[in-house]
Amino acid sequence: MNTALLLMTLLLVAVAALVVVTTHDPRRQAAPLSVFSLCLTVLFVVFQAPDVALSELAVGAAVVPLLVLLTVRKVGRR
Amino acid sequence: MRTRDGLALVGGTGVAALLVAAFLRMPAVGEHAHVYRDLVLPAALRANTPNLVSSVNFDLRAFDTLGEETIVAAAVVGVLALLQPPDRRATPPQRGYVLPAVRFSGYLLLPVAVVLGLDVVLHGHLTPGGGFQGGVVLATGWHLLYLSGSYSALQRLRPLAWLEHAEAVATGLYVATGLTGLVVTGGFLANFLPLGRFGSLLSAGTVPLLSVLVGLEVAAGVIVLLSRFLAHGLGHAR
Repeated sequence: MNTALLLMTLLLVAVAALVVVTTHDPRRQAAPLSVFSLCLTVLFVVFQAPDVALSELAVGAAVVPLLVLLTVRKVGRR
Repeated sequence: MRTRDGLALVGGTGVAALLVAAFLRMPAVGEHAHVYRDLVLPAALRANTPNLVSSVNFDLRAFDTLGEETIVAAAVVGVLALLQPPDRRATPPQRGYVLPAVRFSGYLLLPVAVVLGLDVVLHGHLTPGGGFQGGVVLATGWHLLYLSGSYSALQRLRPLAWLEHAEAVATGLYVATGLTGLVVTGGFLANFLPLGRFGSLLSAGTVPLLSVLVGLEVAAGVIVLLSRFLAHGLGHAR
């Protein structure tokens, strides 16, 4: 059961990462990037690393997609 | 283009081979023998720090954390230097349409995020978390003001001049704490405060102090950093 859970979350992360990579428009990439970070957060919790999970949740799911969105908006306007 | 692809292929294959070699020698998940854990656990218990990760971050490897803190400070200084505020005095952005449900959840979650951030910072030595995580939660949670309220509300409740100073002062105080340890005990960043009772809020010596300093630095730094990105993304003068 435990191994199945670990494998399932690993698979979830892999699928989410694939979606991020195959999204070509950077404008749309921020949303799957955020979801990918959420999947990574779940993975870290399952692997009993709550400290890293908190970092990933705050930085990966919130700050980085926001920076990407703001940068794309600025660069796209030129 | 071809050369670049070839180079990437060679590099990627090398990294993949190294990763496979490393994974093959990794101890199995949940195994009982682990050298680092057997060294860290007694050290953390001696220092009355229930959260082993914080014990590593702010006691055993506090010097590494100083380096990481400096990286955050350098990133903020870099953004401040490279992203000068736009020149033109454009009007602050117009209020766009936000779904009422989003607005409502934002108002609901703003106090929750702030309390959670403070909790994660202050209990870094007891429960999962610490200065870095709590600081980022505080900084991002504060931006719910923009999502639910307005940009001018965020601007009014975001004293950037103070935050820039707070970031620098917190980084400096981390070094000062380390130097105090050097003077009192003879080791840079060594603990010099009483260890207290195991599991109580005021315990674990310098671990909560350093955690709070990092929390202050990270929260202020991330807000300052995001302010420049927001100013450019929304196209207005600071």
